[in-house]
Parts: sequence; C-alpha cells; structure tokens
Amino acid sequence: MNPELVQRLSELLQEVTGFIYPNEVEIHWSILIVVYPYITGLVAGAFILASLVQVFNVKEVQPTYRLSLLTALAFLLIAPLPLQFHLGHPERSYEIFITPQLGSAMAMFGFVYLWYLMAVLLLEIWFEYRRDLIVWSKEEKPPMRWLYRALSLFSNDVSEGAVQFDRKAIKVITVIGIPSAFILHGYVGFIFGSVKANPWWSSVLIPIVFLMSAIVSGIALVIFLYMVITPLRGERIDMRCLDRITSYLFYAVIVDFTLEALDFIHRLYESEESIKILSRLVTDKLFVSLWIIQILLGMIIPLAIMIMVKSLKFDEELRKLLYFTSVILIQLGIFATRWNVVIGGQLFSKSFRGLTTYKMEVAGIEGLLTAIVLLILPFIVLTILLKILPAWETSEANRGTAS
Amino acid sequence: MDRRKFLKNAIWFIPAAGLFRRFLKDAYAKPGNGRYDPNHHLYGMGIDIDKCIGCGLCIEACKKENNVPKEPFFCRTWVERYVIRKDGSVTVESIEAQKGKPRAKPEETDILRSFFVPKLCNQCANPPCVQVCPVGATFPTEDGVVLVDSKRCIGCRYCIQACPYGARYLHPETRTADKCTFCYHRVVKGLLPACVEVCPTQARVFGDLKSMASRLVRFTRMNKIHVLKPHLNTEPKVYYADLDGEVR
Repeated sequence: MNPELVQRLSELLQEVTGFIYPNEVEIHWSILIVVYPYITGLVAGAFILASLVQVFNVKEVQPTYRLSLLTALAFLLIAPLPLQFHLGHPERSYEIFITPQLGSAMAMFGFVYLWYLMAVLLLEIWFEYRRDLIVWSKEEKPPMRWLYRALSLFSNDVSEGAVQFDRKAIKVITVIGIPSAFILHGYVGFIFGSVKANPWWSSVLIPIVFLMSAIVSGIALVIFLYMVITPLRGERIDMRCLDRITSYLFYAVIVDFTLEALDFIHRLYESEESIKILSRLVTDKLFVSLWIIQILLGMIIPLAIMIMVKSLKFDEELRKLLYFTSVILIQLGIFATRWNVVIGGQLFSKSFRGLTTYKMEVAGIEGLLTAIVLLILPFIVLTILLKILPAWETSEANRGTAS
Repeated sequence: MDRRKFLKNAIWFIPAAGLFRRFLKDAYAKPGNGRYDPNHHLYGMGIDIDKCIGCGLCIEACKKENNVPKEPFFCRTWVERYVIRKDGSVTVESIEAQKGKPRAKPEETDILRSFFVPKLCNQCANPPCVQVCPVGATFPTEDGVVLVDSKRCIGCRYCIQACPYGARYLHPETRTADKCTFCYHRVVKGLLPACVEVCPTQARVFGDLKSMASRLVRFTRMNKIHVLKPHLNTEPKVYYADLDGEVR
C-alpha cells in the first residue's frame, strides 16, 4: 500500500465540502489529461490554418503554411505521451490497438490518431517537401544527403509533371484532412461529452466547443511561433500575413465565445437537477480558472485588443506587440478551458451534494513537472523538424520559380 | 392411523417432498451436479432501507473478503446516513469516512426523518462502464454481474468517470479498476455475498431473478421498488425498498 497516496487522500478528505461518494475523493484524471486535449487541439487548429492556404487559396497566409504543418506534426507526435504516462498499466496500452472494444469512444483513439498521422499529416508533408528533399539530397553532404534520400523515399522525379502531381495530391489530402482534423478533436470532445453520468461533460455541444477552441489555440500558436521564429532568422515579419491570420483568429474567438456562451445559457435555462452543484462549482472551485483566466484573460481582453487593432490605425510595432500579447493570453485561456472541463468535471460529486479539491502533485509522474516537460517537448521536436525540413527559404525560392 | 391411510399419505408425501426440495434448491441457487451454468441465473440484490441500522459490518466483511484497502476512500460498498430536517436541509455522510469523528447532532426535534442507505455497484443491465472500457476489461457475465479483468485493465479510469454511482475506484496495489462483484467467487459456489452473509438485520437480500422461489423475487414482489438514477437508463439490478427521494 502506497503511504504517500493514503496521506494525500486523507488530506483531501478534510477538504471535502458537503457529501461526496467515498470513491470520489481521488481525482482520477489529472493534469496530464488536461495536457492531452490541449495538445490535440493545437494539432487540429494548426492543420486547419494550413488548409486555408490549400483549399481556400488564401495567398497571404502562405508564409505560415509549412510552419503550420510541421507544428501539427510536432504536437501530434507528443499527443499520446500524456495518456501513456497516465495509465495504471502503460505496458498494456498496445491492447487499445490490437484488441479494441469497438463500443468505446476511447478505443477509437488509436485509429483516429493513426489515420490522422499516417493518412493526412505525414502524407501531406511528404508531398509538400518531396521536390525539395530531392534537391537537398543533391546539394547536401552525407550524412544529411542520405537522410534526405531516405525521407524522399528514394524518388527522384522533379519534372514539371511530377511537381504538378504533388500539388494535386496535396489538394486532395487537405480536402480529406479538414474533416479528419475535425474528427480528431471533435472526437476528443466526444470522449467527455458522451459521459452521461457527468452533467458538466454530458453535452452535444462539447465536441463542437472543443473544435472551435482547438482552431483558436492552433491559429494562436502558429502566430506565436511565426512571430518568434521570423526575427530569430533575421527576417522581417510579413505584416499582411500577420494581419490576415489574426483576423481569422478574431473570428474564431468570436465563434468559440458564442458557442461557450450558448452552452452556458442553455444549462442555466434548462436548470436541471445538477444546476445547484454546478453553480457552486463555477462560483467557488473554478472561479479563477473559469471567470478570470478563461473568459476575462483568454477571451474578452484579446477580443478587445483585436477590435481595437481593427478599428484604430496602429503602427506596425504596436500591432505586433498587441498581437503577441493576445496570442499568449489566448493560449492561457484555452489551457484554462481544458482545465475547467477535465478537472472541473471531477470536482463535484455525482451525488450532486458536495465538492472536492484537486491537489496537483509537483514531482510525481502525474505531476506539474511532467506536464511542463510534455508541453515543452513538442517545441523541441518542432525545432528538430525545422532544422531538417526548413519551412521558409525554399518556399520563397519556389515562389520565385513559379512567378 | 390405519395402514391404508398411511400408504395413501405416503404416496402424496413423496412427490410433494421432491417438489419442495426442488424449490429449496432453486432458492439457494446451488450449482446442480457440481457444474455451474451461468445461463440459468441472473443475480440481483434487494436493499430494505428500513432494516439497515448502519452498523457497517457489511463494509468490514467486504473489505476482508475482497482485499479492499481499509482506508475509507476505497470502497466496494459503503453506507450513507441521511438526516433530513424540518427546514428541508439534508445532511449526508458516509458512515465509514465519519468513523471516530464527531457527528453533526441536530436537535432531536429538528429531524424530520433519518435513515441509512447501503450502496454498492448496481450491476447495471445497461452498464456505462462496460460501454466505455477501451479494451473490454470490464464485461457483463451471463448471470448478470459486471466484472473487471485485472489482468487486462490498462488503468485508464474511463469506467470510473462513466459510473454514475461512484461505485468504482482504482485499486492502489493492482493499479486497475475495482468494484463490487456480488462476491462472484462465492456466489457461483452457492454461497451468499459477504455483505449479505454478515448483515444482522437482513437489510440486504441477495438472489436469483430467474428463480421464482428466490428471496429476491419475493422481495421485489412484496415491496415498492425503486432503483438509483433511473433517468440514466442504466437498468440497475440493485433494488431499493422504501427509497427516499433525497437519495442519489
């Protein structure tokens, strides 16, 4: 018997207000399960931004196209890790792939994940980079030459016809990719939304709210990365691109805000059996993370900033500063959204008679440090990806040859 | 008694005794010929709320029988104590968690009604925990009991989230989901679940829903029956007699 766990739960027992079922003292889905939907949301959002270039032919956003794709890949590669660390028996996780119980929403994870990784992201990135990989494999010295050869899967056709085919393939994959990205994150929402035992989660709107907040967070992340990386490369930020993407971000935040408000009003108006305990939840346990961080800092202030930028003529530097502030606030807000769903849904008793508390571990496997490492890891993966597959120089060169 | 009458009675007695024996056998759900056929049974439990005195013996017996950690936050079964006051306020406590602590003692005249409610896994016929398990480690048996295969469970805890009754916990030693099994290992041998065996007031009634002679079927016939959270359509097989509307 783990004395630490007993000690922790005994302390938590003192924090309980009202009545909760005895087994509810332990919060089972910890911060790692907050990190998981947060990361998959970034994947879906970044991919949808990349799709704008391909499907809707938004030329201004082109400079962030490859960055968005690689960002989506970097985060997707890390996405299963928080789940893996969270399992009671991580060594059995392969069972989800080989003997899934098809009625379970969670069992579908393996298939949705693999489909998205293999059939959408990797394929699109491969077609996007194929020509460049062949060119680089000729320019570079070993061992990079071998790496590029291998990554291009030993193709060597750079004729006009072949490149045209790549373009076409990318279009088709993007068209399949958009619903796939919707499925990827909508499905994460469904994992929560389909739990009828939990009135905080059980809502048909949850997958859609998840999806919109995913788009918001993904776009904000790509803006953040673009604004950080471009000066580091010694280049100038393309303000037309930045204005256009933040404009998309603005509309996405409005839709997200509207949906969440609808969900909130709907619950309040229906005023079901659980309304009293949920009211206590949002005014007590979630006060800071919901009202202050998610809504005020994560939505209202960024919206106000973006309305200001849209309506007043600010100079470039001030615009950059305001955009940068907004996207950081938005990230914070979306993380709080995930927190409020995952942790918030476990803070009240299913007897609707009491509240409990979540005390985050710091050093444990399901603690704060692990979560921070898991949030930093995608950036390290992205750095490596960007080193191997540069996202800009050649895209400019491409445009040069195209025009 | 003359010989003629004796023989006549004997002729009636033999088949009647045989029939009686058959009913007796059914009632105790003993495996016939040593072979247990789950298809012939469907288990459930009745809870007679008015009989529960909140002694907690069932909790103790369950923990011993099933290797449940003794701490009050790991429970296969527990007992809730309800105090409903005249002003409508309700106080609920788990008697296990409150052990040794001073109880809220309202003035005697304040109390409108007070009672104990034993809780356990409802062995739902439409179990949400089975639906959500990603690897099929949680499954219903033919005789109506929901079990967890601890060698298969990956410890994702989705089932714990999906159970509306808070009946599941993560066993700290096995790191897998655990819950009441109606003492399945005992039941298939024709024994009663440990909690039923020790209950001094027979507040818990265990039986086979497929046997018309079982105590449980009689219990459901003789009482007004209610199940917990019927609106969730989980179709529980733990039946409460005289359940108060405040109980969730």
